[in-house]
Formats: sequence, C-alpha cells, structure tokens
Amino acid sequence: MIKFDQVTKVYGDKVKAVDNVSFDVPEGNIVVFLGPSGCGKTTTLRMVNRLETITDGKIFVNGTDVNSLNEIELRRKIGYVIQHNGLFPNMTIEDNVMAVPNLIGWDRKKKADRYKYLMDLVGLNPDEYRKRYPHELSGGQQQRVGIARAMAADPPVMLMDEPFGALDPVIRTRIQNEFLQIQQEVKKTILFVSHDIDEAIKMGDAIAIFQNGKLMQYDSPSELLAHPKNEFVREFVGKDRALKSLSLHTVEDLISERMLRKLDGNENSNKKTISVETNLRDALSILLNQEADQLVVQANNKLVGAMKIDDVEAYLHQHIK
Amino acid sequence: MKNKRLLSFVIKLILFTLVASFFAWSFKSGYYQLIIDDSEGFIFLLKQHINMVLLSILLAIVLAIPMGILVTRPKFQKLQWLFMNIANLGQTIPSLAILALAMTWMGIGFKPAVFALFLYSLLPILRNTVAGIKSIDPNLLDAAKGIGYTPAQILLKIELPNAAYPIMAGIRTAVVINIGTAALAYLVGGGGLGDWIFTGIMMRDNSYLLSGAIPVTLLALLADQLVRFIEKLVISKGLRQSITISD
Repeated sequence: MIKFDQVTKVYGDKVKAVDNVSFDVPEGNIVVFLGPSGCGKTTTLRMVNRLETITDGKIFVNGTDVNSLNEIELRRKIGYVIQHNGLFPNMTIEDNVMAVPNLIGWDRKKKADRYKYLMDLVGLNPDEYRKRYPHELSGGQQQRVGIARAMAADPPVMLMDEPFGALDPVIRTRIQNEFLQIQQEVKKTILFVSHDIDEAIKMGDAIAIFQNGKLMQYDSPSELLAHPKNEFVREFVGKDRALKSLSLHTVEDLISERMLRKLDGNENSNKKTISVETNLRDALSILLNQEADQLVVQANNKLVGAMKIDDVEAYLHQHIK
Repeated sequence: MKNKRLLSFVIKLILFTLVASFFAWSFKSGYYQLIIDDSEGFIFLLKQHINMVLLSILLAIVLAIPMGILVTRPKFQKLQWLFMNIANLGQTIPSLAILALAMTWMGIGFKPAVFALFLYSLLPILRNTVAGIKSIDPNLLDAAKGIGYTPAQILLKIELPNAAYPIMAGIRTAVVINIGTAALAYLVGGGGLGDWIFTGIMMRDNSYLLSGAIPVTLLALLADQLVRFIEKLVISKGLRQSITISD
C-alpha cells in the first residue's frame, strides 16, 4: 500500500535526516516508526504527504508516486493526526471534524451522516459536541476529535505523529485501546510515529526502528524483541525485552502450549481470577506484585484452571527465547 | 481578599463621586449651554471630528492589515523589520510634528489632518496584525496544511480568524487615540471639536473648553464600547478563553 524506495532527505548540503530508507507497508497494517528524537522518523512520515520534500528516492501510495500528484489533492486523501491535536480553536467541533469534506465540497446530507458516524466511532455524542469549541474539551476528547477529523473523508492511509504523546498515561492507554478497536472496523493503512517502545509493541503490526536517519530494523514486534538485529536495537528495546514480549502473548497462548494446573480446593490460598484474554505481562505483574499466589483462569464464564509464576517462566523459555 | 475588594469599591466610589460632582458643578455653572445655544455649530464640528477619525481609520485598516499579512508570509519575512520600523517611526514622531509636516506638504484643511491621523493609526493596527498572526500555534498551521488547506484557505480560515482578537484590539486602540488626537486638527485648519477646545484655552472660557472637551471624551468612550461590540460579533466564540474541562 505504501512503498518507500531508497528515500533520502538532506537538509542544507550535508545533514542527512533520512538516509536511503526502503520498505513496504501492507494494506490495513499499522507500522510504528520508532526511535530517539532526531532519528528521522517524523521526517520520514512527513514526506508521505509532502509536508517535507523528498530529496532523493520515491514514495508510492497505492502504486502512485506521491511526487506525481498535486500536493493539496494528495493531502486531502491522507488522514493526518498530530500530537497537539491541531484542532482549529475558531471552529466548532462539527466544523473541525468536517474540515476536509468542507474543502472538497460534500453535500449537506453526506456530511451530516458522516459526522454522526465518526463521532459515534470515537465515542463522543454527536449532538452534544456539535456546537462546542475545542477549548471546552479535555485533552483526551480533543484527540478523539482529531482522529475523527483525520478519518472524515475516509482516506485509506493515515499518518499519525505521536498522536497520544501529550496525554496522561491512564487516558493514553484507554485511547490506544479504543483506537485499536476502531482500526478493527476501519482497517486503514497507518504510519504511526512514537518514541515509546511499549506503545510501539502494542499498536504496531510492524515496527520500523530508526537511528540517525537510517532504518535499523523493520520487523514484527515479536521478531524485533526476539531477534534484535544490532546493538542499537537491542539497547533501544531494553534489557527487559523478554518481559516486553510477554505482552504480545495471552493466557490463551500459554494454555495452548501447557496444561493448566488443577484448581485446588484450598480456600485459604490467595487467588485472583483473570480472563484468558489477559496478556502474560499483566498476568506476571499480578503474580509478582503478590496480589495472588496463583491465578485462576476464566474462559466463557467457566474456571478452566490455575497458573503460577513457574508456568509463565517455562512458557517464556520454551516459546520466546 | 475581602479587604482588597472593599478597597477597590471605596476607590471606585471616590472616583465616581469626583466625576459626578464635576458634572454637577459644570452643569450648574452652565458651561454646556453653548452646545444647546449653538447646536448647529456643535453638530457641524462633531461631524467634522467623526469624519476625520472614520476616514483615517478606514484608510489605516485598508493599508495596515494587508501589510501585516504580507510581511508575515514566509517570502517576505525578511521585510518585516523594515515595515515595522517605518510604522514605529510614524508613532515616535509627536502628533503635532506630523501635523506640521503634513501641512507643509498638503496645505491646510481637512486633508492634512486626515493624513496625519492615518499615519498615526497605522502602527497599532500593523503591529497587532503581525503579532496576532505570529502568535498562532504553529501546530495549527501544520495541521491545516497537512489536511490539505491551500495557503489562501489557511490565511482566510485559520490565520485571520485566530488573529482577530489582537487585530480588533489594535483597531480599538487606534480609534481611541485618534479621537483624542483629532482635537489637534484645529491647528491645521481641519476643524472638529478642537476648534472649541482651543478657543476655550485662548479665551480662558470654560464654556468653550468643556463643550469641546467633554464630548470628545464621551465620543472616545462610546467608540471604545462600539468596537468592543463589533469584536463580539466578528470573533469566534471558540477564541474566548474560558474553563477547560478535564476527563
């Protein structure tokens, strides 16, 4: 869907912000651009809708070279979300969401339907917010409106530049989850800039990790964690990469590999019930935090067995290492 | 906190009493009789005064706002200091000197007066237009560009509406200053309520003095309120800063 072909960006004469980057993004995938600040991830993103010029190489969106298109038309066909939402304070929420349809001249009925659909999608009441202004909304609500605006004209591709970076951790986690659900429904091809490895693992179908303008590794999160290609990637993903990779596996995965323990009848032991969809990192956290000696696993409202720290450890050795 | 409020109330009360007793005294002394006795003359001067102010302000708006827009375009950014300095210079020269200079070039009458007032109004409007546009969050412009606004659409739908508050404040400042400065137009034969004020000064006649000066003051206050009212109409509700709600 999006193809980077030996893309290079040079500022001035010497500074190579992006250096000969090539990779393909399949349709419907979220690819997270990850790296420290100044690594070229944002520049790479901004070359897709030509907010930055491409010095050398080509970027194709849906088979078309972006440089062959009118830049205004191109941008209207690509969703764009930035960190500080960039909502227009002088416009109502409805006008903000409908910014692109207004530019390309949709009729009233089509706009009204689309507005309602999008606001429902991002979990805001369409009528309650219609005539309100951005400053009346919280950061999380503003970012939801920002996402709705990016999807207004139903672009197949979306660019998101640290979209959740300015939100506090609790709201960030909530919006990340909501956004993944939205993505299940809309299946956009998304390029997503982040500097947070945990966010990248959570959101990405694939991660592109950058350093000094060079693409260090482009792989699925589990591959990146299991087999970092070089020292930089190993360091960036952190010493706890084994632990991080646990967040990609659920209790259900563990059950498919190992038998669960039988539920013992001992009422005194410290137990906690979790669902099979819980990821193993969270399960381990609960066990380590001494909230429970063992976890009772629940599937379809039935208790199917129990697990202990040993089980997670064994799974880790057997499956991830 | 309570003491502070009490103090400000007392101060307001004292000022109000002073103003009220001044008016009571001046009315009792019949100093405004002139406005009634020579109402035709008064209205003529008032109209002259308003015409000078309106014309000079309109000219200043028509020139200063486009100039402000121009010098905030990336291509002309380098010219910004030049325009700002010229406008600053206009403001630094005393108003009387500008009148004198205008008179040497344009002779006496309405024209040099309007020209001097126009020069004097340029700076507040230009400065506020430039400051207003420059103070817009670059993220907004990036977002607008990124979703496909053309440069003209960014100017008309994002930059000007979001800079409307400072621009209107600049116009308001210029109007109020101008109404006061226009009293000097008498010196170059421009007419206006300055005629009575200067007559009053020269003849030590409170009647002339106050019948000219008080209406000028009231006119300035009225114009200030009028421009504030227009501000409310043209500035988006979304820009009136108010409470932010948390999640």
